[in-house]
Amino acid sequence: MSRPEIEVRGLHKSFGDNEVLRGIDLEIGQGEVVCVIGPSGSGKSTLLRCVNLLEEPSKGQVIVGGVELTDPDVDIDAARRRIGMVFQQFNLFPHLTVTENLTLPQRRVLGRGKAEAARVAAENLERVGLSEKATAYPSSLSGGQQQRVAIARALAMGPQAMLFDEPTSALDPELVGDVLAVMRMLANEGMTMMVVTHEMTFAREVADRVVFMDGGLVVEDGTPAQVIGAPRHERTRHFLSRLLDPAMAEVEEETSDQVGGAT
Amino acid sequence: MSDATKPEAPPRRKGLSRSHKRRLSRGVQYVVFVAALIAFAASADWDRLQNQFAQADIAEQMFPDVITLALKNTVLYTLSGFAVGLALGMVIALMRLSSVGPYRWLAGIYIEIFRGLPALLIFIFIGVAVPLAFPGTEIIGGTYGKVALALGLVAAAYMAETIRAGIQAVPKGQIEAARSLGFSPARAMISIIIPQAFRIILPPLTNELVLLFKDSSLVLFLGVTLEERELSKYGRDLASTTANSTPILVAGLCYLLVTIPLGFVVRRMEAKAQEAVK
Repeated sequence: MSRPEIEVRGLHKSFGDNEVLRGIDLEIGQGEVVCVIGPSGSGKSTLLRCVNLLEEPSKGQVIVGGVELTDPDVDIDAARRRIGMVFQQFNLFPHLTVTENLTLPQRRVLGRGKAEAARVAAENLERVGLSEKATAYPSSLSGGQQQRVAIARALAMGPQAMLFDEPTSALDPELVGDVLAVMRMLANEGMTMMVVTHEMTFAREVADRVVFMDGGLVVEDGTPAQVIGAPRHERTRHFLSRLLDPAMAEVEEETSDQVGGAT
Repeated sequence: MSDATKPEAPPRRKGLSRSHKRRLSRGVQYVVFVAALIAFAASADWDRLQNQFAQADIAEQMFPDVITLALKNTVLYTLSGFAVGLALGMVIALMRLSSVGPYRWLAGIYIEIFRGLPALLIFIFIGVAVPLAFPGTEIIGGTYGKVALALGLVAAAYMAETIRAGIQAVPKGQIEAARSLGFSPARAMISIIIPQAFRIILPPLTNELVLLFKDSSLVLFLGVTLEERELSKYGRDLASTTANSTPILVAGLCYLLVTIPLGFVVRRMEAKAQEAVK
């Protein structure tokens, strides 16, 4: 097997006294799509943010594309160009048009010429189906459109891997589908993807692997059929039952809390 | 028990009703206002006032010099001071946000000192103390350079705090997005954060411009040549040669000619920004 695109070894991360990640080991192969699921506060977003060093790990190694990012001498800006990131809150640059959001990073970071940047921008806007919004400002777009522009902006840099931090959590339910469709297209094209998400349908149908995290540890790691279909751990089962059938979870919560308290 | 459940009649108000009271109070305010106006108009000596402040022929004499020389110099002093203040203020704001402790302290000390001193003292310091301390050295640009420096030193302290607040008002997600795209911290600051910060602080910066416009009158204390006079100095000089205060009034109107439209622009920008938030 070729070397993994993303490799995380013995990763620890603390915020003050709060230990959020307590020794994570994870490998993501080239072209693999991995969904990270888990309750809020389980450390899944922190793990994702450690992969491109938006959070500095307290201990452990992060290796992306064969480059160790946790090496203090590494050119982190160069390394980040290989890793696209999509945020929950989109984080488009509001003072720039949609096209400028895509061209400015290419020109400033990659040093591409005006014409080439514009060409790459147009290509990627077309991929996410937003060519007609090229001259609009982000504030005039819906959340779903903004998120697709954010994906196009990351893609325009030609990344080897993409990180998604709850990309649909801030969207109105009817807009989630458009964003997931773009992500599914990327997955089919063979992009290496690490996705923190609550979208179980997406995880089940698109992911090659699902990782369940709780309390700063990887509890379960396997195919969607294994982790979502037949979870082996009690904590995974509880999480999934609450997530898949929230109406039932209210009743169950009392007992699950008692179980949680007893263990 | 049965008494308590019985609906009580609404208590009758004694005396005036609420709307009646409101009308009465407003009436009293108008009466006081008109009375004060009449008293003021009756007690002032209008003839002498007009004689001293509104002589048409003296006012006529002032044109076009009051515009082509005095107002032009005022604008020039203001803009050069603003430019120096903006550049210096930006440096101090970035120092204030630096992760290097001594930079932060230095910037803090600068801001405290120059916000705490009257602008007049700084003009005197630049005009007198600097030439004494460094004999033989000339501040580049002569009077224009001195004014730009003095106004800039004062403005920088205020602008630094404004710029810092503007930078901090840009959401954290913006710098994270920029860094995740491979921007270096400096590049992200220049290309992404500062342009957004400037949108936020445009109204307070314009206000600062208005303040500088008025403070440029302190050039009076530097000792300037005839060609370097600005509105206040020009008006005062002419007032003493003609032994009449009309030039002061005209100079004042020239200030308002600029400051009132600028104030209007600031309010428009603030209203627009308010709308954008909604």
